[in-house]
Amino acid sequence: MLKKVRRRYLALKIECDGTLNSREFINAVWNAVLTLYGEYGASKTNLNLIDYNSEEKLAVIRVAHATVEMIRAALASITRIGDKSVAIHVLTVSGTIKALHRKMKHLNH
Amino acid sequence: MKRTYADLHLCPNLKNPKQTENMIKKSRKLGYHLIAIPLPLSSVEEEVEWLRRMCKEAKIDFVSRVDLKPKTSRELLKDLRGLRRKVEIIAVTCESKQVARQAAKDHRVDILSFPTELRKRFFDRAEAELASKTTVSLEIDVKPLITLKGKPRIRLLSALRRETAIAKSFQVPVILSSGATEESLMRKPRELAALASLFGMDKSSAVEATSSNPMSIVKRNRSKLSSNFVAPGIRIVRRGKDC
Repeated sequence: MLKKVRRRYLALKIECDGTLNSREFINAVWNAVLTLYGEYGASKTNLNLIDYNSEEKLAVIRVAHATVEMIRAALASITRIGDKSVAIHVLTVSGTIKALHRKMKHLNH
Repeated sequence: MKRTYADLHLCPNLKNPKQTENMIKKSRKLGYHLIAIPLPLSSVEEEVEWLRRMCKEAKIDFVSRVDLKPKTSRELLKDLRGLRRKVEIIAVTCESKQVARQAAKDHRVDILSFPTELRKRFFDRAEAELASKTTVSLEIDVKPLITLKGKPRIRLLSALRRETAIAKSFQVPVILSSGATEESLMRKPRELAALASLFGMDKSSAVEATSSNPMSIVKRNRSKLSSNFVAPGIRIVRRGKDC
Protein backbone atom coordinates (compact mmCIF):
# COMPACT_ATOMS: atom_id res chain seq x y z
CA MET A 1 0.00 0.00 0.00
CA LEU A 2 1.23 3.50 -0.81
CA LYS A 3 2.52 5.28 2.27
CA LYS A 4 0.78 8.51 3.24
CA VAL A 5 2.95 11.53 2.46
CA ARG A 6 3.87 13.31 5.68
CA ARG A 7 4.55 17.01 5.36
CA ARG A 8 5.73 19.78 7.58
CA TYR A 9 4.98 23.48 7.35
CA LEU A 10 7.74 25.87 8.39
CA ALA A 11 7.13 29.48 9.36
CA LEU A 12 10.18 31.56 8.53
CA LYS A 13 11.37 35.00 9.53
CA ILE A 14 13.54 36.74 6.97
CA GLU A 15 16.03 39.28 8.28
CA CYS A 16 17.42 41.47 5.54
CA ASP A 17 18.40 45.05 4.83
CA GLY A 18 15.90 45.79 2.05
CA THR A 19 12.90 43.91 0.71
CA LEU A 20 12.85 40.68 -1.26
CA ASN A 21 10.18 39.37 -3.57
CA SER A 22 8.86 35.83 -3.26
CA ARG A 23 10.73 34.62 -6.36
CA GLU A 24 14.10 35.87 -5.09
CA PHE A 25 13.40 34.23 -1.74
CA ILE A 26 12.38 30.78 -2.97
CA ASN A 27 15.18 30.74 -5.56
CA ALA A 28 17.68 31.40 -2.78
CA VAL A 29 16.23 28.54 -0.72
CA TRP A 30 16.37 26.18 -3.71
CA ASN A 31 19.96 27.23 -4.45
CA ALA A 32 20.98 26.59 -0.84
CA VAL A 33 19.38 23.12 -0.89
CA LEU A 34 20.99 22.31 -4.24
CA THR A 35 24.40 23.52 -3.09
CA LEU A 36 24.37 21.49 0.11
CA TYR A 37 22.54 18.31 -0.96
CA GLY A 38 22.62 18.24 -4.78
CA GLU A 39 19.75 17.45 -7.12
CA TYR A 40 19.13 14.03 -5.57
CA GLY A 41 18.79 15.50 -2.07
CA ALA A 42 16.70 18.41 -3.31
CA SER A 43 14.30 16.01 -5.01
CA LYS A 44 13.46 14.46 -1.64
CA THR A 45 12.48 17.74 0.00
CA ASN A 46 9.21 18.47 -1.91
CA LEU A 47 9.90 22.11 -1.18
CA ASN A 48 7.01 24.52 -1.88
CA LEU A 49 6.39 28.14 -1.03
CA ILE A 50 2.93 28.42 0.56
CA ASP A 51 2.79 32.00 1.71
CA TYR A 52 5.05 35.02 1.54
CA ASN A 53 4.61 38.38 3.20
CA SER A 54 7.27 40.82 2.05
CA GLU A 55 6.11 43.59 4.42
CA GLU A 56 6.30 41.52 7.59
CA LYS A 57 9.20 39.48 6.14
CA LEU A 58 7.47 36.21 6.94
CA ALA A 59 7.19 33.12 4.78
CA VAL A 60 5.59 29.71 5.04
CA ILE A 61 7.10 26.77 3.18
CA ARG A 62 6.02 23.14 2.95
CA VAL A 63 8.58 20.33 2.97
CA ALA A 64 8.66 16.56 3.34
CA HIS A 65 8.61 15.46 6.98
CA ALA A 66 11.90 13.56 6.71
CA THR A 67 13.80 16.53 5.32
CA VAL A 68 13.02 19.21 7.92
CA GLU A 69 16.57 19.14 9.33
CA MET A 70 18.04 19.34 5.81
CA ILE A 71 15.94 22.40 5.09
CA ARG A 72 16.86 23.92 8.44
CA ALA A 73 20.57 23.53 7.57
CA ALA A 74 20.06 24.90 4.07
CA LEU A 75 18.17 27.93 5.41
CA ALA A 76 20.89 28.55 8.00
CA SER A 77 23.52 28.53 5.25
CA ILE A 78 21.92 31.47 3.42
CA THR A 79 23.86 34.67 4.10
CA ARG A 80 23.18 36.73 0.97
CA ILE A 81 20.45 37.08 -1.61
CA GLY A 82 21.65 39.20 -4.51
CA ASP A 83 23.53 42.07 -2.94
CA LYS A 84 21.56 41.99 0.31
CA SER A 85 22.80 40.48 3.55
CA VAL A 86 20.17 37.97 4.71
CA ALA A 87 19.51 35.60 7.62
CA ILE A 88 16.53 33.24 7.67
CA HIS A 89 15.29 31.78 10.95
CA VAL A 90 12.73 29.04 11.48
CA LEU A 91 10.03 30.38 13.81
CA THR A 92 8.03 27.21 14.18
CA VAL A 93 7.29 23.88 12.52
CA SER A 94 3.91 22.21 12.26
CA GLY A 95 2.06 19.37 10.56
CA THR A 96 -0.88 21.49 9.37
CA ILE A 97 -1.25 25.10 8.28
CA LYS A 98 -4.00 25.59 10.86
CA ALA A 99 -1.72 24.52 13.71
CA LEU A 100 1.12 26.60 12.27
CA HIS A 101 -0.99 29.76 12.37
CA ARG A 102 -2.09 28.93 15.92
CA LYS A 103 1.54 28.51 17.00
CA MET A 104 2.54 31.75 15.28
CA LYS A 105 -0.20 33.64 17.12
CA HIS A 106 1.16 32.15 20.32
CA LEU A 107 4.67 33.39 19.44
CA ASN A 108 3.38 36.93 18.88
CA HIS A 109 1.80 37.06 22.34
CA MET B 1 13.02 20.07 32.08
CA LYS B 2 13.50 22.82 29.51
CA ARG B 3 16.83 22.69 27.73
CA THR B 4 19.12 25.70 28.08
CA TYR B 5 21.34 26.76 25.20
CA ALA B 6 24.72 28.44 25.19
CA ASP B 7 26.82 30.16 22.56
CA LEU B 8 30.35 30.18 23.89
CA HIS B 9 31.86 32.08 20.98
CA LEU B 10 30.08 35.28 20.13
CA CYS B 11 32.57 37.71 18.62
CA PRO B 12 31.19 41.26 18.42
CA ASN B 13 33.56 44.14 17.89
CA LEU B 14 34.00 45.34 21.49
CA LYS B 15 35.05 48.76 20.22
CA ASN B 16 31.54 49.14 18.82
CA PRO B 17 29.22 49.14 21.88
CA LYS B 18 26.06 49.48 19.77
CA GLN B 19 26.82 46.37 17.75
CA THR B 20 27.81 44.48 20.91
CA GLU B 21 24.54 45.44 22.60
CA ASN B 22 22.48 44.43 19.54
CA MET B 23 24.22 41.07 19.30
CA ILE B 24 23.68 40.35 22.99
CA LYS B 25 19.98 41.23 22.69
CA LYS B 26 19.67 39.13 19.56
CA SER B 27 21.25 36.11 21.30
CA ARG B 28 18.47 36.23 23.87
CA LYS B 29 15.87 36.57 21.11
CA LEU B 30 17.30 33.56 19.28
CA GLY B 31 16.87 31.43 22.39
CA TYR B 32 20.26 31.42 24.10
CA HIS B 33 20.45 31.55 27.87
CA LEU B 34 24.18 32.01 28.15
CA ILE B 35 26.85 33.60 25.98
CA ALA B 36 30.61 33.94 26.14
CA ILE B 37 32.45 36.78 24.45
CA PRO B 38 36.22 36.55 23.97
CA LEU B 39 37.95 39.37 25.81
CA PRO B 40 41.20 41.08 24.86
CA LEU B 41 44.08 39.88 27.03
CA SER B 42 45.15 43.42 27.85
CA SER B 43 41.88 44.57 29.42
CA VAL B 44 40.02 41.54 30.74
CA GLU B 45 38.72 43.08 33.97
CA GLU B 46 37.52 46.40 32.46
CA GLU B 47 35.60 44.74 29.64
CA VAL B 48 33.98 42.12 31.90
CA GLU B 49 32.10 44.67 33.99
CA TRP B 50 30.28 46.49 31.21
CA LEU B 51 29.56 43.30 29.30
CA ARG B 52 28.13 41.70 32.43
CA ARG B 53 25.94 44.77 33.00
CA MET B 54 24.76 44.75 29.38
CA CYS B 55 23.94 41.03 29.55
CA LYS B 56 22.05 41.50 32.78
CA GLU B 57 19.88 44.12 31.08
CA ALA B 58 19.23 41.71 28.22
CA LYS B 59 18.43 38.94 30.76
CA ILE B 60 21.15 36.62 29.52
CA ASP B 61 23.95 34.98 31.46
CA PHE B 62 27.45 36.20 30.58
CA VAL B 63 30.63 34.14 30.77
CA SER B 64 34.09 35.66 30.47
CA ARG B 65 36.38 33.98 27.99
CA VAL B 66 39.82 34.52 26.56
CA ASP B 67 41.15 33.08 23.34
CA LEU B 68 44.84 32.30 23.58
CA LYS B 69 46.90 32.06 20.41
CA PRO B 70 50.35 31.10 21.69
CA LYS B 71 53.18 30.43 19.30
CA THR B 72 54.96 27.98 21.60
CA SER B 73 53.91 25.70 24.45
CA ARG B 74 56.07 27.75 26.84
CA GLU B 75 54.06 30.86 25.93
CA LEU B 76 50.84 28.90 26.51
CA LEU B 77 51.92 27.83 29.99
CA LYS B 78 52.85 31.41 30.87
CA ASP B 79 49.46 32.72 29.71
CA LEU B 80 47.59 29.98 31.58
CA ARG B 81 49.40 30.79 34.80
CA GLY B 82 48.38 34.43 34.57
CA LEU B 83 44.79 34.04 33.43
CA ARG B 84 43.29 30.87 34.87
CA ARG B 85 41.94 32.51 38.01
CA LYS B 86 40.68 35.61 36.17
CA VAL B 87 38.35 34.21 33.51
CA GLU B 88 35.72 31.51 33.40
CA ILE B 89 36.67 29.96 30.07
CA ILE B 90 40.05 29.59 28.43
CA ALA B 91 40.12 28.60 24.78
CA VAL B 92 43.31 27.87 22.90
CA THR B 93 43.52 28.36 19.16
CA CYS B 94 46.12 25.81 18.15
CA GLU B 95 48.28 27.03 15.32
CA SER B 96 51.05 24.48 15.78
CA LYS B 97 51.12 20.82 16.72
CA GLN B 98 53.34 21.52 19.73
CA VAL B 99 50.77 23.97 21.17
CA ALA B 100 47.88 21.65 20.33
CA ARG B 101 49.45 18.75 22.25
CA GLN B 102 50.29 20.92 25.25
CA ALA B 103 46.78 22.42 25.32
CA ALA B 104 45.12 19.00 25.07
CA LYS B 105 46.93 17.64 28.11
CA ASP B 106 46.60 20.72 30.32
CA HIS B 107 43.73 20.67 32.83
CA ARG B 108 43.55 24.46 32.82
CA VAL B 109 42.46 24.59 29.19
CA ASP B 110 38.70 24.31 28.57
CA ILE B 111 38.39 24.52 24.81
CA LEU B 112 40.53 23.57 21.84
CA SER B 113 39.83 25.36 18.61
CA PHE B 114 41.57 25.12 15.28
CA PRO B 115 41.93 27.58 12.40
CA THR B 116 39.94 26.98 9.20
CA GLU B 117 43.11 26.29 7.20
CA LEU B 118 43.33 22.53 6.80
CA ARG B 119 47.09 22.26 7.38
CA LYS B 120 46.59 23.82 10.81
CA ARG B 121 43.93 21.36 11.99
CA PHE B 122 45.83 19.09 14.36
CA PHE B 123 42.91 17.23 15.93
CA ASP B 124 43.96 13.66 15.24
CA ARG B 125 43.80 10.44 17.29
CA ALA B 126 46.87 11.34 19.40
CA GLU B 127 45.37 14.75 20.21
CA ALA B 128 42.01 13.18 21.07
CA GLU B 129 43.66 10.62 23.34
CA LEU B 130 45.37 13.40 25.31
CA ALA B 131 42.16 15.43 25.42
CA SER B 132 40.13 12.45 26.66
CA LYS B 133 42.29 12.29 29.81
CA THR B 134 41.51 15.91 30.71
CA THR B 135 38.35 18.01 30.55
CA VAL B 136 39.15 19.75 27.27
CA SER B 137 36.40 20.09 24.65
CA LEU B 138 36.67 20.54 20.92
CA GLU B 139 35.00 23.68 19.63
CA ILE B 140 33.50 23.93 16.17
CA ASP B 141 32.56 27.36 14.87
CA VAL B 142 29.69 27.47 12.42
CA LYS B 143 30.66 30.80 10.87
CA PRO B 144 33.11 29.40 8.26
CA LEU B 145 30.53 26.79 7.30
CA ILE B 146 28.04 29.43 6.28
CA THR B 147 30.44 31.97 4.85
CA LEU B 148 32.67 29.66 2.79
CA LYS B 149 31.40 28.40 -0.55
CA GLY B 150 32.47 25.68 -2.96
CA LYS B 151 35.73 23.77 -2.56
CA PRO B 152 36.92 25.38 0.70
CA ARG B 153 33.62 24.45 2.37
CA ILE B 154 33.78 20.91 0.99
CA ARG B 155 37.30 20.50 2.43
CA LEU B 156 36.26 21.97 5.77
CA LEU B 157 33.23 19.67 6.00
CA SER B 158 35.42 16.69 5.26
CA ALA B 159 37.90 17.70 8.00
CA LEU B 160 35.09 18.31 10.48
CA ARG B 161 33.54 14.91 9.69
CA ARG B 162 36.86 13.23 10.49
CA GLU B 163 37.43 15.28 13.66
CA THR B 164 33.95 14.74 15.12
CA ALA B 165 34.24 11.00 14.46
CA ILE B 166 37.59 10.93 16.32
CA ALA B 167 36.15 13.04 19.15
CA LYS B 168 33.22 10.66 19.46
CA SER B 169 35.40 7.56 19.58
CA PHE B 170 37.61 9.08 22.32
CA GLN B 171 34.62 10.63 24.14
CA VAL B 172 35.93 14.17 23.79
CA PRO B 173 32.99 16.59 24.21
CA VAL B 174 32.21 18.74 21.18
CA ILE B 175 30.88 22.29 21.43
CA LEU B 176 29.05 24.04 18.63
CA SER B 177 29.42 27.82 18.64
CA SER B 178 28.36 30.49 16.21
CA GLY B 179 31.65 32.41 15.99
CA ALA B 180 29.46 35.26 14.71
CA THR B 181 31.17 38.58 14.16
CA GLU B 182 28.01 40.34 13.00
CA GLU B 183 24.28 40.03 13.57
CA SER B 184 23.46 38.46 10.22
CA LEU B 185 25.75 35.50 11.00
CA MET B 186 23.96 34.59 14.22
CA ARG B 187 21.84 31.45 14.13
CA LYS B 188 19.39 29.72 16.49
CA PRO B 189 20.69 26.74 18.52
CA ARG B 190 18.56 24.31 16.52
CA GLU B 191 19.97 25.76 13.31
CA LEU B 192 23.53 25.20 14.57
CA ALA B 193 22.55 21.61 15.35
CA ALA B 194 21.06 21.19 11.87
CA LEU B 195 24.29 22.47 10.31
CA ALA B 196 26.21 19.91 12.36
CA SER B 197 24.35 17.17 10.49
CA LEU B 198 26.40 18.23 7.44
CA PHE B 199 29.51 16.75 9.04
CA GLY B 200 27.86 13.65 10.37
CA MET B 201 26.84 14.57 13.90
CA ASP B 202 23.57 12.95 14.89
CA LYS B 203 20.75 15.18 16.10
CA SER B 204 20.97 14.35 19.81
CA SER B 205 24.74 14.88 20.08
CA ALA B 206 24.47 18.08 18.04
CA VAL B 207 21.82 19.44 20.41
CA GLU B 208 24.00 18.43 23.37
CA ALA B 209 26.89 20.29 21.74
CA THR B 210 24.86 23.51 21.94
CA SER B 211 23.40 22.94 25.39
CA SER B 212 24.66 20.45 27.99
CA ASN B 213 28.31 20.31 26.85
CA PRO B 214 28.97 24.08 27.07
CA MET B 215 26.82 24.37 30.18
CA SER B 216 28.86 21.71 31.99
CA ILE B 217 32.12 23.62 31.28
CA VAL B 218 30.65 26.81 32.72
CA LYS B 219 29.21 25.03 35.76
CA ARG B 220 32.51 23.28 36.51
CA ASN B 221 34.59 26.43 36.15
CA ARG B 222 32.24 28.58 38.18
CA SER B 223 32.42 26.15 41.06
CA LYS B 224 36.24 26.12 40.78
CA LEU B 225 36.41 29.93 40.76
CA SER B 226 34.04 30.31 43.72
CA SER B 227 35.58 31.26 47.05
CA ASN B 228 34.35 27.97 48.56
CA PHE B 229 36.50 25.84 46.29
CA VAL B 230 39.56 24.32 47.95
CA ALA B 231 40.66 21.47 45.69
CA PRO B 232 38.90 19.01 43.36
CA GLY B 233 36.40 17.18 45.58
CA ILE B 234 36.90 19.54 48.53
CA ARG B 235 34.83 22.68 49.09
CA ILE B 236 33.83 24.76 52.06
CA VAL B 237 30.20 24.07 52.98
CA ARG B 238 29.98 26.28 56.06
CA ARG B 239 32.05 29.02 57.70
CA GLY B 240 31.95 30.18 61.31
CA LYS B 241 33.28 29.56 64.78
CA ASP B 242 31.29 26.37 65.31
CA CYS B 243 32.91 24.60 62.34
